[in-house]
Order: sequence, then C-alpha cells, then structure tokens
Amino acid sequence: MSLQSPQKYWWDEPLDKDEKMWLTVAIIWALFLTLFMPYMHYTGKQNPSQEYAKISGDKFDAAVDKFIAQYKVGEEAGFAVVAPPPNSDIFIRGKQFTWDPILKLKKGVQYKLHLSSLDMNHGLSVQPVNFTIQVVPGWDNILNITPTTTGVFTIICNEYCGLGHHTMVGRMYVD
Amino acid sequence: MAGDFRTCPTTGLKVHLPAQTLIKVNAVTAIVFLLVGGILALLLLLTRWQAVHLLPPDFFYRFLTLHGIAMLVAWIVYFEVALLYFTSAVLLNARLATPRIGWLAYILMTVGASITTVAVLAGGSDVMFTSYVPLKASPFYYLGIVLFAVGTIIACILFFATLSLAKYEKTYEGSVPLVTYGAAVAAILAIGTLAHGAIFYIPTGLWAAGVIPMMDPEAYRLLFWGFGHTSQQINVAAMIACWYALAALTVGAVPLSEKFSRSAFVLYALFIAVASEHHLLWDPGISSAHKMWNTGYVIHLAVLASMMHAFSVPGCIEVALRKKGYTKGLFEWLKKGPWGDPAFASLVFSVAGFGFLGGITGIMYGTEQLNILGHNSLRVPGHFHATVVVGTSMAFMGITYYVLPLIFQRQVMFPTVAKLQPYFYGVGMWILSIAMMFVGSFGVPRRHWDITLADAPFKYSFGPTVDLGMAITAIGGILAVIGGAMFCVIAVATVLAGKKVNQ
Repeated sequence: MSLQSPQKYWWDEPLDKDEKMWLTVAIIWALFLTLFMPYMHYTGKQNPSQEYAKISGDKFDAAVDKFIAQYKVGEEAGFAVVAPPPNSDIFIRGKQFTWDPILKLKKGVQYKLHLSSLDMNHGLSVQPVNFTIQVVPGWDNILNITPTTTGVFTIICNEYCGLGHHTMVGRMYVD
Repeated sequence: MAGDFRTCPTTGLKVHLPAQTLIKVNAVTAIVFLLVGGILALLLLLTRWQAVHLLPPDFFYRFLTLHGIAMLVAWIVYFEVALLYFTSAVLLNARLATPRIGWLAYILMTVGASITTVAVLAGGSDVMFTSYVPLKASPFYYLGIVLFAVGTIIACILFFATLSLAKYEKTYEGSVPLVTYGAAVAAILAIGTLAHGAIFYIPTGLWAAGVIPMMDPEAYRLLFWGFGHTSQQINVAAMIACWYALAALTVGAVPLSEKFSRSAFVLYALFIAVASEHHLLWDPGISSAHKMWNTGYVIHLAVLASMMHAFSVPGCIEVALRKKGYTKGLFEWLKKGPWGDPAFASLVFSVAGFGFLGGITGIMYGTEQLNILGHNSLRVPGHFHATVVVGTSMAFMGITYYVLPLIFQRQVMFPTVAKLQPYFYGVGMWILSIAMMFVGSFGVPRRHWDITLADAPFKYSFGPTVDLGMAITAIGGILAVIGGAMFCVIAVATVLAGKKVNQ
C-alpha cells in the first residue's frame, strides 16, 4: 500500500510488460512534442520575429510622434489615422488606457511593427483574427507582419493594466 | 514521550499528538481561506456573466486579486503543510521534529496571509496575483507574501527534519511510503520556488516602499513566472501523492510498481521546475530557443513523468477493483467502483480532469504557435482551473473525508450531502473549465470587467456564442460554488460537532 513502506528490494522488481509498453509510447510522445515546436518554428507562418530592443518610454514616444506626423491621413474618435508605406517601420503605442495610432495597412504587404508601452504591461489582442502580443514598458517588441485578411480590426488590451483596463480599445484597418 | 502519542484504532498508526494539532490547525485555516475564496469566486462569476454584471470595476479587480491569493496561495499551501506533517510524522509513526518550529511556521504564514489580505481589501493593491511591475501595490502586500513564503519554507524544513529523525529513531523499516516520497518531492520543489519568490518579492516590496528603483518589467515577468508557474508544480506533486493515498484508502489499491511511480516523482523533482516561460512566449527579451527549451521541460521529461502517473494511478485502481471480482468486460471495475464514497468520486474527477482538461491544454498553450492565440485569453484560467481546482483542490477535498475521522477523530456529518458534494463541485468545475477555454478560443480576455466594451472609444462584439459561453461558465461556476459550500459546511460542522470516533 502506498501509505506504508514498500517491501524490501522494491527496486529489483522488474517492470511489467504493460508498463514497458506505456513507457515506450510515452517516451516517443515526449520526443515528438519536443521536436514539434522547433519544427513549427521553422515551417509555420505565425512565429515571433525574435527582434527586440530595450527602449526608454520617452524615446519610443518620440518615435511614435514622428511616425504619426509623417504618415497621418486623418482622424477618428480623436486618434490619428496613419497609412504607412509598404516595408516601413510602423508603431503602436500602449498607455493607460489607449492604443494609438490607428494603423491603415495593405493586405499582403510586409511591415515591421514596433510595440511598446509608456506605463504598464499591456496585451495587444487583435480581434476577430485573434492573436495576442505582450507589450512591455522599456522594451520594443518587434514583429515582421504581413496582413492576410482585409477589414476592420479591434485591438483589446488583455493584460490587466489598471482600473480602466476594460476601456482600452483601439482600431486597425487593412484594405 | 510515550504520552505524546495515541494509537489510531483504524490504521494502527502511532499518531504524535502535537503533530496532530498542527495538522488540524493548518487544515482548518486552509478551509477558512477556501470559504473566503469561494465567496469571492461567486461575486466574480456574477460579474463576468454580463447579464448580471454585479460588481463595479474597482471591486471586481480587487476581489479578483484576493481570489487568487486566498485560493492559490492560502487554501492550497495551508493544506499542503498539513499534508507534509501527515505524511512525515503520522505515516512514519514518528514524532514531529520540533512542534514549536511548526507553530512558528504557522504564525508566520498566518500573519503574512492576513497582512496581504488586509492590504488588498484596503484598496490601492489591485495588482492581480501576478503584480507585474510597474503596477504598484502597498508595500504590505509584498511583505505579507514574503512572510507567508518564509513560514512555508520553515514548514518544509521541519518536514525534512522529521524524515531524518524518523530514520534515526528507526520508526519505520526500509524506504518511506510512496505517498511520503511524493510529498518529499513537493517539499523540494517548494523550497526552491519559494526561495526564488523571495528573490523578486523583496526588491519589489522595497521598490513599492520607495527604497530602491524599480526592476526591469521584463526581468520581473521572468522572475515572477520562475516562481509563479513552478510553485504550481508543488501542487502537482502534492496532488499526485494524494491520488496514491486516495487510491489506497478508497479501494485498497497497491502501487503497480514502486520503481515506476518513484522514478516518475524523481523526474518531477529534476525537470518540472524548469518550465516557466509559457507566460512569456510572445514577450520581448528572450530568444525562441530559450523559450522552447524551457517550455519543453527539457525533452518533455516532466510530461513523461505525468504520463507515467497517468498510467499507474488509474492502473492501480483498476487492479484493486478487478481483484474484488469486477472483471466483466473492459469497464465493469469502473462502473462498480465505490461512487457513493465522496473521496473516490473526488479522486476520479481529479485524475480525469487534471489529465484530460488541465494537462493536455497546458501542453497546447505552452507552444509558441498556439500561445499567440491563447495568451491572456480565458483559455488560461480555463486551463488552470482544470489543474489546480479540478486536480489539486478536488484531491485535497477527497483526502479531507479521511482526515476528518483519522486525525480529527470525528465522523463526517451529513453523509448524504457528502455523497453529492464531489458531483456538484466536479461537474461544476468541469463545465466552468471547458466553457472558459471555449470562450477563450474566441479571444475573450481574462481579467476583464466588461467584454461588451461599453465604455471604450471603439465598438466590438464577441457575438452571441460568447454570451452563451459566459453564461455557461457562470452556471458551471455556481454549481461548483454550491459544491464548495457543501464541502465547507460538512468540514466545519464535523470539526465542531461531529460524533467522536471511538478511541
């Protein structure tokens, strides 16, 4: 019984056939799992770009302001709408409790997206395509993205960032 | 010294009375926090169910913070400390090395838990369980957690001291029982992770008090999860030790192979604490190679260990029931199991729920490509309610039905309610976990007061399927709250007024 000391020399008891079989299956499965993530990392189409850099909030803020001034095409609900050219560096700035600017992107074109926060951690959750990137203050999280669907997208914050967290909603367009 | 012991009439074990008192005190405190956490759970459920939307946002976030601390820290860890004393002193017929140190641990833990609870309730510490900097809580919030962790480490050291004392005084022969072995693995993991926790909670608390500058937010996230995820592996090891104990107590199961089960525990001790970057897969600052090595538990060796237990726990139950003559077909043994014994029902819900709901989804969400879909969505709480609630909490509830007569020496009150309790709790929690993961797959965020986004500058609707899913989550949760309330009532009534078991 598992509540009492086992009989002497329990380590000499050989494993049963069933146990050996299950162990083999389990080891193969563990190896499969281990190889699958790197495999998907090299063959999959939705993977981190592994580019990141430390950046101060002020510097990032200034870079976003410059980006907006350069490519601003309009305004919506008080936020700048920005239409950057293909293959350019694009920015989304998270702060309590807004995402800005509103990006207007083209389908099938690659951009270098820079994400950072001026205050707390935020979660850039793009709906309804549904993906989430962590946005961390002090860090520029860089992703090479190519939009594959057109439409209107909503950016929700899904990392708790303060009492107004649930009002932190932004917009993005792809045409 | 002999006067400090009593002999248990059921098991013949020599029970050290000071150890028994400490087990009682820790178990009762655990249940008090379960009650607090359960009341908060109900309020949170009724808020996230948008049709009811009970709490205002500040209280929602405050109670969510406290719900995590009351349940994940207090309820589970107090119960684990009780288990550590039980598996060392009681199972080995030994005396607890130094009961005074046990009381010191208890006082530190209780002072710590109380300070943190008050700090959260007082407001200004609405930082969630993760308290990611730069979110700042009151310095007392961190102080309380550090005191609690120090108390727990002392309890773990007392456990090991008791083990060596038992060996020295030869209170048992040969190797320690399998359950004690599993508890020892839990204690090893606990000492490592809790010491790790102190490494970042202390500087964070000092930052909150204005003494030192803030640490890098990404460094905090890395350090937090080195504690936050690995501390859940303590619960896994303790829970599996409980599974073996419950299998023995409910159907008289004997481990299929001591070597097989103990090897699996060794794999836990070596590899399960590696993984913590599941939470950082889409974070800056860490390379993908490191994340894959880390979240892959080093060639998935901890997953291998779980697969081994997934074989040997149900296996030993099957063998025990087949020996009772239930040999027809593949599943007669399962059908004829003692389903009226709340401990057995809890065990089955726990094993199946932890494996199929919690473990599998954990591996899924721990891969880069699936994590981008699930990170910070309700899939995550869906996953961990399957592991720590269906898995750990139900295993602990199951073992309570035996702790009450054996340690408290009182007959379980309201046996009919007790029979039904695991079904309410288990079915409710299964529904809640599955429904949370289901709505999470639509991108519904966790820790979010209003997914209708009514006060936001832009409109977006998750659609009627999600509304239905949230309602099902709430209904499952309410069922579980009822089951939890039944458990608390039975436990408290039995402790206070249960009929004494004949000595």
